Amino acid sequence: MSTVIDSGDADRLDAAWWIDRIVKVLVFAGGISAIVFILGIFAFVTKEGFGFVLKDMDVVEFFTSPNWRPTSDTKPTHGILALLAGTASITGFAMLISVPFSLGAAIYIGEFATGKTRETLKVLVEMLAAIPSVVWGFIGLSIMNPLIIDLFDVPVGLCMLNAGLILGLMAAPIMTTIAEDALKAVPDGYREAAEAMGATRWQVIWKVVIPAAKNGLVAAVLLGVGRGFGETMAVLMASGHSINMPEGVFDPVRALTATIAAELGETVAGDTHYQALFTLGILLFAVTFVINLTADLVVRGIRKK
Amino acid sequence: MFERTELNARNDRTQALVKVLFGVMTVLLALPVLIILGMLVVRGGPMISWEFLTADPTNGMTEGGIYPALVGTIWLVSVALLISVPIGIAAALYLSEYARDTWMTRAINLAIINLAGVPSIVHALFGVGAFVLFFKFGTSILAASLTLAIMTLPVVIVATRESLQAVPHEFREACWNMGATRWQTIRRIVLPNSISGILTGVILEVSRTAGETAPIMFTGAAMFLPFLPQSVMDQTMALSLHLFAISTQVTDVPEELPYGVALVLIGLVLALNAVSIGFRTWLRGRKKW
Amino acid sequence: MVATSTTSKVSVRDLTIRYGQNAVLRNASFEIPENEIFGIIGPAGSGKTSFLRALNRMDEFTPGMSVDGSITLDGKDVQTWRNLYALRRRIGVVFPLPVGLPLSVYGNVALSPRLRGMKRPDLDDIVERCLRRAALWDEVKDRLDALGSLLSGGQQQRLTIARALSQEPDLLLLDEFSIAVDPVTTMRIEDVLKELKKEVTIVLVTNLVQQARRLASRTAFFLNGECVEVGETEELFTGTVQDQRTRDYVEGRFG
Repeated sequence: MSTVIDSGDADRLDAAWWIDRIVKVLVFAGGISAIVFILGIFAFVTKEGFGFVLKDMDVVEFFTSPNWRPTSDTKPTHGILALLAGTASITGFAMLISVPFSLGAAIYIGEFATGKTRETLKVLVEMLAAIPSVVWGFIGLSIMNPLIIDLFDVPVGLCMLNAGLILGLMAAPIMTTIAEDALKAVPDGYREAAEAMGATRWQVIWKVVIPAAKNGLVAAVLLGVGRGFGETMAVLMASGHSINMPEGVFDPVRALTATIAAELGETVAGDTHYQALFTLGILLFAVTFVINLTADLVVRGIRKK
Repeated sequence: MFERTELNARNDRTQALVKVLFGVMTVLLALPVLIILGMLVVRGGPMISWEFLTADPTNGMTEGGIYPALVGTIWLVSVALLISVPIGIAAALYLSEYARDTWMTRAINLAIINLAGVPSIVHALFGVGAFVLFFKFGTSILAASLTLAIMTLPVVIVATRESLQAVPHEFREACWNMGATRWQTIRRIVLPNSISGILTGVILEVSRTAGETAPIMFTGAAMFLPFLPQSVMDQTMALSLHLFAISTQVTDVPEELPYGVALVLIGLVLALNAVSIGFRTWLRGRKKW
Repeated sequence: MVATSTTSKVSVRDLTIRYGQNAVLRNASFEIPENEIFGIIGPAGSGKTSFLRALNRMDEFTPGMSVDGSITLDGKDVQTWRNLYALRRRIGVVFPLPVGLPLSVYGNVALSPRLRGMKRPDLDDIVERCLRRAALWDEVKDRLDALGSLLSGGQQQRLTIARALSQEPDLLLLDEFSIAVDPVTTMRIEDVLKELKKEVTIVLVTNLVQQARRLASRTAFFLNGECVEVGETEELFTGTVQDQRTRDYVEGRFG
């Protein structure tokens, strides 16, 4: 059994060693690919859009003018205020509805529901998340639109209300899932200690679980906002897509994302309009990056404690 | 025992009220799925036939079937998977089996979160700038699938990492102590015991990829093409874009036609999801250690 | 006192092991002779397991673990090995809590030979031989396809011994193998070890002093990161020990 091997020979770098080395390099390449891609996205979107920022952009007009007329023959203008207002109003409206419902659902699924009910509800939430955005857009167009016209007696149902409701439903699953994870992360010991003192379930949740899960819940809402902010197809189809400073929920509005989707096809690579749309892309990238980074830092906050 | 005081009674009432309130909120969130599905089935169901799935669209896309769109979606998803699955599994292996808690690991995690969080239309812009123009793939299946692959990479990475980490650490220790290399340990013990979890993630990714529209609009999918793609350098139709086209761009489309397309698309996506969920449930029931 | 006829399999010189700033073993020096059982006794946290990890170069997989001094195996310092996997292949390890890999019983024992490129029917031979030597063959010969991770604790422990033997090691490390095993199985494994020492050098880490007395020719006593005493086992129990703490420990006055 113990054949004495010359240790010089035993310490040979054999095939297994080399294969292990090669796999390590490949796997590392896979690992950093995510960084390469995210940097690539930033680099390429900036590369295509930066010409506009340097040459044609009037910073004051860009941020304060509601006039987005990049194709005007006489005097093209590139004001994004109305687009920002459109995105903000739709996302804001969506969050107004979606945040309470999602957090409520997360608490119900995480703290009250048990067994089969719980599993069923979780599957339904997952299915909600699986519906493609173009299908949501179609629902806004074909189901919600006539419904809003009938219910509220307005001429057109493609508006902030429509897009906001759709977006609310789209953002809800991600918020519910992450919020439920945050609740689940609160140790059971906390709950048991409070219940042993005679507190009702709800008192335990309100006084103990929610404060302990606060950071995760904030992160959930942030990611929901990010999701709403970046949604494209559904908003394009359901919002009415007309440039407008919204005054009420029945006003049609236009979002930043939808503008790119609707107009990029009409442009010629490299022209001012094309570059302006990529500049919107830089803006979207920057905002979602900040939202995600903040959410990540907030979550990290919990772990430190 | 406790006496039933006024305060206790009030607490119990609040408790009951809150529970009902949150229950109702949950149902209101879940209900739309069922309503939407119901409406799609009722209005789109009659459209579905073998012919609908296998015929070309005719008469300016107002009649006929969806065959080229269906084939196109399969092309796009397959090529995207070929790219993202190996990269995603490699990334997950790195994070789960090799990486220590360093700034590099944190940067990778942050990059993954951001890849998942960047708006789909920004991915589309990236696809145009990088693959269509810079790498000169033109508007093609290759460019569109690359864009889709990068966009859905986080789905594979996260699912794979989770199922790798579900394999107990002591198995790895035992293997290393026997003189197995890291790779031998991964190949013989870790991967065979997490492959089903990885597959679940891949199915989920397929369903995500099949439904995406914005990233393929300008990179490789066309609203209408009179022929099927022959290679990855061709453009193609796609189900999701077809739904967008016939419900917003084409006039005189019969009202039921887009319902049929939407039903096929959502049926495809939800069926894949159901498989993935079912698979996961089955996995939880199995015990190997 | 030292049997000069035997050569050293392992020699340890000024070994210090740290996790971060915390030293778990300090300046240990001793020799492990070839083809006998070398016992290491001592209470929990005395640095016994860390020594095994250092010998097997598991510091590679343990963030924060650092090793100073030298451990030489067959005259070569383990710190200088480039192919650590080849080094570990020569050293079989058995843990306190048995880890049956999620493979079949057959697969568990065949894993290491397979990694060396061995194929059937040689594989069948080695699996049977190792299972027999670990006194497990009779119990599992009819269900070699059953999952190794679902055997009983005592069977899993013998499975891990069979697995360690399948490496054809020239050094076998046992770390408190009897913790998860019933007394009868323990005795059976001890008999196995007595057989094995003719061919393999065995390092037996144990907190059962009587087990060391039954099996080990020489024994080291570790306490709080210090190698207090090394000597012929019988001398530790009966004869002249240099340190009062050793006597206190072997006579059960603390530990």
